[in-house]
Amino acid sequence: MKTTLIMSTALAGIAFGASAQEVNVVSWGGAYEASQVEAYNKPFAEETGIKVNMIAADNPATPLRAQVEAGNVTGDVFDVEVSDAIRLCDEGALVEIDPDMLPAAPDGTAAADDFVDGALLDCAVANIVWGTVISYNTTKFTDNAPTSAVDFFDTETFPGKRGLPKNPKRTLYLALIADGVPAAEVYDVLGTDEGVQRAFDKLDTIKDDVVWWEAGAQPVQLLADGEVSMTTAYNGRIFDAMVGEGQPFEVIWDGQYMDLDMFVIPVDAPNPEAAMEYLKFATDTQRLADQAQYISYGPARKSSAELVGMYKDGKTEMAPHMPTSPENLESAVLDDPEFWADHAAELSERFNSWLASS
Amino acid sequence: MANTALDPHAAITTTASGVATQPLTTADGKPLVRALARSQSRARRKAFLLVLPLLAFIVITFVVPIGQMLQRSFHNDGFSANMPNISAWFAQTERGTQPDDAAWQALAADLQASAEARNIGVVGTRVNYDMPGTRSLFTSTGRKVRKGIEPPYRETLLEIDEEWADPQLWATMREVSTPYTANFYLASVDRTRDADGNIQQVDENQRVYLMLFWRTFWLSGLITALTFVLGFPIAHLLATLPMRKSNLLMILVLLPFWTSLLVRTTSWMVLLQQQGVINDILVWLGVIGGGQRLQMIYNQAGTIIAMTHILLPFMILPLYSVMRTINPSYVRAARSLGATSWTAFRRIYFPQTLPGLGAGAMLVFILAVGYYITPALVGGSSGQLISNMIAQHMTSTLNWSMAAALAALLLGAVLVLYWLYDRLVGVDNLKLG
Amino acid sequence: MAVPSYATPLERVWHYAYVAICVAIFFFLIAPIIVIMPLSFNAEPYFTFTEKMLSFDPEGYSTRWYDSLLTFGMQAPDAARDMSWWADAWANAKWVKAAKNSIIIGVCSTIVATSLGTLAALGLSRPEMPFRRTIMAILISPMIVPLIITATGMFFFYSNPCELLTIFGLNPQCGKLAGSYLGVILAHATLGIPFVIITVTATLVGFDQSLNRAAASLGANPRVTFFRVTMPLILPGVVSGALFAFVTSFDEVVAVLFIAGPEQQTIPRQMWNGIREQISPAILAVATLLVIFSIALLTTVELLRRRSERIRGLSPQ
Repeated sequence: MKTTLIMSTALAGIAFGASAQEVNVVSWGGAYEASQVEAYNKPFAEETGIKVNMIAADNPATPLRAQVEAGNVTGDVFDVEVSDAIRLCDEGALVEIDPDMLPAAPDGTAAADDFVDGALLDCAVANIVWGTVISYNTTKFTDNAPTSAVDFFDTETFPGKRGLPKNPKRTLYLALIADGVPAAEVYDVLGTDEGVQRAFDKLDTIKDDVVWWEAGAQPVQLLADGEVSMTTAYNGRIFDAMVGEGQPFEVIWDGQYMDLDMFVIPVDAPNPEAAMEYLKFATDTQRLADQAQYISYGPARKSSAELVGMYKDGKTEMAPHMPTSPENLESAVLDDPEFWADHAAELSERFNSWLASS
Repeated sequence: MANTALDPHAAITTTASGVATQPLTTADGKPLVRALARSQSRARRKAFLLVLPLLAFIVITFVVPIGQMLQRSFHNDGFSANMPNISAWFAQTERGTQPDDAAWQALAADLQASAEARNIGVVGTRVNYDMPGTRSLFTSTGRKVRKGIEPPYRETLLEIDEEWADPQLWATMREVSTPYTANFYLASVDRTRDADGNIQQVDENQRVYLMLFWRTFWLSGLITALTFVLGFPIAHLLATLPMRKSNLLMILVLLPFWTSLLVRTTSWMVLLQQQGVINDILVWLGVIGGGQRLQMIYNQAGTIIAMTHILLPFMILPLYSVMRTINPSYVRAARSLGATSWTAFRRIYFPQTLPGLGAGAMLVFILAVGYYITPALVGGSSGQLISNMIAQHMTSTLNWSMAAALAALLLGAVLVLYWLYDRLVGVDNLKLG
Repeated sequence: MAVPSYATPLERVWHYAYVAICVAIFFFLIAPIIVIMPLSFNAEPYFTFTEKMLSFDPEGYSTRWYDSLLTFGMQAPDAARDMSWWADAWANAKWVKAAKNSIIIGVCSTIVATSLGTLAALGLSRPEMPFRRTIMAILISPMIVPLIITATGMFFFYSNPCELLTIFGLNPQCGKLAGSYLGVILAHATLGIPFVIITVTATLVGFDQSLNRAAASLGANPRVTFFRVTMPLILPGVVSGALFAFVTSFDEVVAVLFIAGPEQQTIPRQMWNGIREQISPAILAVATLLVIFSIALLTTVELLRRRSERIRGLSPQ
């Protein structure tokens, strides 16, 4: 009993020792994190004096759920996908966010009208629009360059390893598109057992040639190192490598997967006030426009769109690199958050079994 | 004699007095046996008190947490705690009872309450573990009934989704309506229960765990064999060289041993990549063409190579310490009696190294079976071991009960090996460097 | 190891083949550790030897990756390198922060592990110790149990250490250990304890218990006996056990992954991030520094071992 007593005293000491003047933001790491540091964190720290700690995760929704379920929440603000935001909200893991608290646009439009469709949920506020795209290393295909999702699955004509993310959400749709399913019907097909089987059958055709990635920065690295000749990746990461670092990459917009990213705050966050401050600050018109200056993700506010111009180098026009550009949207698959909120668990299980069996 | 029954020592003294008529006593007249026993138990107590703080520390920070975690493998109240009414109905009725009006009403009430309390996701997830594909049924129904549900309940629910009438679903709900279950253990050996509660194999596209266990043990065995093949000559060389030289060469064994695991894994990534050093050298030597670079990483080969390197010192060190004690004159005697060098090695030298070999092999195997970091970084998908599956269930699918069941099986295997190691080698003979 | 004069020609050939095999295995052991050193000076962001490196062109080499260890995470990495630049690096650079964390956690967990471990080893090596073998097996088990199992167990326990007391009908609130320095320190101490036990009991095997009795019979109380007689003799074992415990903590990443919070990022944790995210030669620069660090530790342990053998008269030298 004595040990317990000493231990609890020590623990209490540590709990009270925590400083309130900081906020822990869990995001996706790499170039995306760098853009958030520049656009949100630095001005936020300057204005409020609150220190921002960035933590990288492959997909911040996973540590969030684990932290909430274990009763050990260390992050304050998480950057998650829409389907995860819905699911986590359904499970009671997130605090509700009143859109009236968010800052209005400069012209006075209320936040509720200023955000694009689907960008405001009960427990989440969107910050960016982003795409998952196919990209290839131009040095690997000098005379005959791939142009479509079909080519991605054609390892005969376009030899080399393929990079794919280790999750069902960003692989199954691509298999279906490559198998001839129109972008608009992907979810109808995926909703049936036969459709799921069809997607896995298609993936089977290249399974031995796939290098699986988990963190958003990995496919870029694999492509640069020549470990894969073609990969899917988050479009901003590829842009950063192409334009920022001058890598010989090219993007295929055919079959891009477009999604929103959202800021959420878990229940029992260690610094709830600072978290809310950060969320309000980071999703205002100017900040969202600023972040598009560092990486090619579209702002989730209509009023920000007009402020987006050049890349930070001052000469690259951002518009053609945005997932929202009309020409890039032609065969895009739009995320169906409800579908994934309901089916992610089952399809993940199936996907992992498929992956583990050789 | 009245107190002999109470005092066992007195009995001993009496027996002893069969030889000498007077029991032996200390200077102050107490029986010697009793005094000795007392001082011995005092010494035992003292020794134990020295160990006690650490034992308590290990039990609190290590044994108890693992036990607490393993409890999740057979206890999961995700359904029973959040669906009290229908759980009560299951408790009152027998297996195979058709759901009556009371059951439908209880189910509807629970669904509505659970959706309102925002824990329908937890309920759906729990059912989904035993019957894949049902999570969405609970969450989507929950979203529709959150605001309230009107009778007739059966018809309303069936209108939302016909799957609510599925007998398999009701059988599964009955299964999960009590918090205690063995189903996670069944699942970790690729078994499940059908609607009648019979145990059967899961669908072919979901059979992974047995295969992963098998792969873990097979690869660990292979890695143990490789460390033996590579470690034996080195240990022999070190044991037969003069001390001064062997101490110098020993540094080459100990340096990897002392170098960070992550550093060594990184080095192998650098070496084995398609654009890495080894492929570059092979292309430069003309062994392979530029287009045929070997895939040595992100697959089983990567796991095997890196783990063999990392575990090699654990084989060399025990082998070496046994070989050092082998008297070289036995082999010389065998040679002088006409044995060829091969026979002398096989019949005389090798049998004497077996204790070291056993100790090294068991240690390498035990460590290999639980490896996580290296396969995760260089193993791709075909080089993943059971530990990686546990980590995945822990951090990614968050099926903690499944992670605990797999962990329990792995832990059981490791403890059996550890027990064997203790019997054959003795934990107090473990040496480092 | 010379070939004896009576060896047959075949045995001579075998002997040289054997030496060649041993050289190859030594190469396998050591080459991966050596190869990263020159690569960490690569001027290009690649993992292979560039043309310029192979022709020993100074332009092919640079210390930029070592520099990036300081600048990564700094507020103003491009400022003039005066006092405030260094202050910035000290306060904000991620690798510097990780190094500070690694050292704090390493030192504290080593102190816990070594003090508890030495005490226990003293008890364990007394002949009167009851259940010696079982207790020893329990104390060494953190080294044997797969790390992933240990880490997951700790993850739940440290998230709410008082949950256990609910069994006794108590419901105390005692916060959590996960995400705190104390939590990581305790976890690492647990993992380091087997190494202390093993090295200290090994030293005590050669320890003559009659020395203690002699001291006692000469009038020394137990405390004096311990500090004046026992301690000096087992000190080398204790120090090398402590070094093992420190290295264990310094190299540990699985428990950190599961229970550390954002404030407790250690060097291995940062490397884990780096390897998965972007394996730039910066990782190799860290790796090189760590190899140099392990050479220093290894030398210390070797010197201690020899000293210990000399004191106890076990060494043939």
